[in-house]
Amino acid sequence: MNRRQLIASVAAMTTISLALPAWAQDEPLKVGFIYVGPVSDGGWTYQHDQGRLAVEEEFGDRVETTYLESVPEGVDAERALTQLALAGNDVIYATSFGYMDAVINVAAKFPDVKFEHNTGYKRADNVGTYDGRFYEGRAVTGTIAGRMTQSNKIGYIATFPIPEVIQGINSAYIHAKKVNPDVEMRVVWAYTWFDPAKEADAANALMAEGVDVILQHTNSTAPLAQLQQQGKIGFGQASDMASFAPTPRVSSVYNNWGAHYVKSVGRILDGTWQPEAVWGGIGDGIVAIGEITEAVPAEVKAEAEALRDKIAAGEYHPFTGPLNKADGSAWLAEGQTATDEELSGMNFFVEGINAELPQ
Amino acid sequence: MIDPIALFLLLLSASTPILFAALGELVVERAGVLNLGVEGMMIVGALSGFATAYYSGNAFLGFAVAALAGALVALPFAILTQFLMSNQVASGLALTLFGLGLAALFGKPVEGVKAPSMAAGPLGLNWIVWLGLAMVPAIWWFLNRSRTGLILRGVGENHDAAHALGYDVRRVRIAAIAFGGAMAGIGGAFISVATVLQWTEGMTAGAGWIALAIVVFSNWTAVGVLAGAWLFGGVTVLQLRLQAAGVRVPVQLLSMAPYLATIIVLVAISARQKFSRRAGGAAPGSLGQDFHALR
Repeated sequence: MNRRQLIASVAAMTTISLALPAWAQDEPLKVGFIYVGPVSDGGWTYQHDQGRLAVEEEFGDRVETTYLESVPEGVDAERALTQLALAGNDVIYATSFGYMDAVINVAAKFPDVKFEHNTGYKRADNVGTYDGRFYEGRAVTGTIAGRMTQSNKIGYIATFPIPEVIQGINSAYIHAKKVNPDVEMRVVWAYTWFDPAKEADAANALMAEGVDVILQHTNSTAPLAQLQQQGKIGFGQASDMASFAPTPRVSSVYNNWGAHYVKSVGRILDGTWQPEAVWGGIGDGIVAIGEITEAVPAEVKAEAEALRDKIAAGEYHPFTGPLNKADGSAWLAEGQTATDEELSGMNFFVEGINAELPQ
Repeated sequence: MIDPIALFLLLLSASTPILFAALGELVVERAGVLNLGVEGMMIVGALSGFATAYYSGNAFLGFAVAALAGALVALPFAILTQFLMSNQVASGLALTLFGLGLAALFGKPVEGVKAPSMAAGPLGLNWIVWLGLAMVPAIWWFLNRSRTGLILRGVGENHDAAHALGYDVRRVRIAAIAFGGAMAGIGGAFISVATVLQWTEGMTAGAGWIALAIVVFSNWTAVGVLAGAWLFGGVTVLQLRLQAAGVRVPVQLLSMAPYLATIIVLVAISARQKFSRRAGGAAPGSLGQDFHALR
């Protein structure tokens, strides 16, 4: 198809859809997704695709979904988004932080198409954002880690010093410390989301330091494989990683985007969609805690599940004072909880974490 | 306190994939062929080794199949460059892209399953780690002390002279390319079968490119490859270990240390070559050049 034909057909499609709104309504809602990785990554993109399948399951013939996988962030993203918009998608979900500017640019050209951008903060009349409160899940796994450690040293394989990761480290530490006052947290910055060999090295470095429970923010199963060889334990990340259950994977924090997609598509179908900033946690179903296996004693499991349920019900906020910053200055007073603004800009460790935080 | 012996053992495991791939590429380049497809051959080895280990339950069989698959996937490159005179750089890059795509396609059925665990060898290290270490003197001996190695080096230094002496340049080079593929395959399988125990697309994450850099770094010697793999693996492990120990060193500095160390050594080597007035260093004379027998 040359450019003239393309423009002509787009113009024709637009005319038809404008001229025949009633006819258009009988068509299924077209839902497009762009993924940063392959669906098979077993982690981030896999979970988004599970969300897409949940939408198909929920709405059946009323929706038609398509996706483009392994779309690099940057110029290519704009091309891919334009392609999805030209293909007649009514809503497009862009599932990586780096698509942010591309989404805003393309959304301006297609005012009738709705866009939702994952983990971003730029919005427009037809652009909403959605994200998960992953720190809520880490409060639960941190509790288990604090109870399960015998060396009183727990480790955290961190990715990049961005607020989401720092929230996770702080939340895990606060809750481990709460159940085990002697606990120490060791942090290793891997500077990668996915590099199995390096993640394995990081896990080994932590274990050489005497760490016996590892929480990871990176997305591969390599740390679990190393933990297994040494008889230590860890948690699944991004996806459930159930093939490493019952041990070394004793539980997991994973992203259940389907909970958001089903709600969002439902609102588009009944015409109540608004460009919002959704930041959902355990209560909204976006952050899920994987099954806690029998490697965890029943009373610890019960404690962790009680915490999970309290967070889900909104009765407890993982960042509740009294809390000080690592430099000793006061942060939250007794009973005070952190605001979303503070969390989304978090750039400090809480008191007690003895590790370098790259600025 | 960081135990240096424990750190050394970590280093040995961490450097194994790049050691295998770089030793293989060393032999290929000494035969005068520049194969940039190391990453592609590694990922094919990672998948085939993992799939074999998973279905057969035998991890060692996985490594054997990974070697075979690495050699097989290198064959199109050998045919393209040795018979069809294709550009080696472009063909090697194509091999990387081809390998990544091929592995992604055929990897679908083994996604999410877990490989059998391997029994550890002496000092708690995987047997493949020991095999990698044994390959260093073996390849040194082959290149410097065996007659076949002499022919291979001759082909790499001056293919026209080797041809005039009656050696089959193509056959030597194809054998070298296949060997390089087999070694890269084992290196890749070490990541999937021994380190991660799962298959994921793109899991070699650039190790093949580091292996290529290490061959240059080594000045085209087997001992140099070992030194390069240990330096790179060692600095990586050390920086993670320092972080785990809570040493207050800027993390950014630690993270760039492996790359920084590699560049410093490369500069030191080229400076030494400059002063010894040996232009081109130890790079094989016919490296990357097409060979076409006119007579």
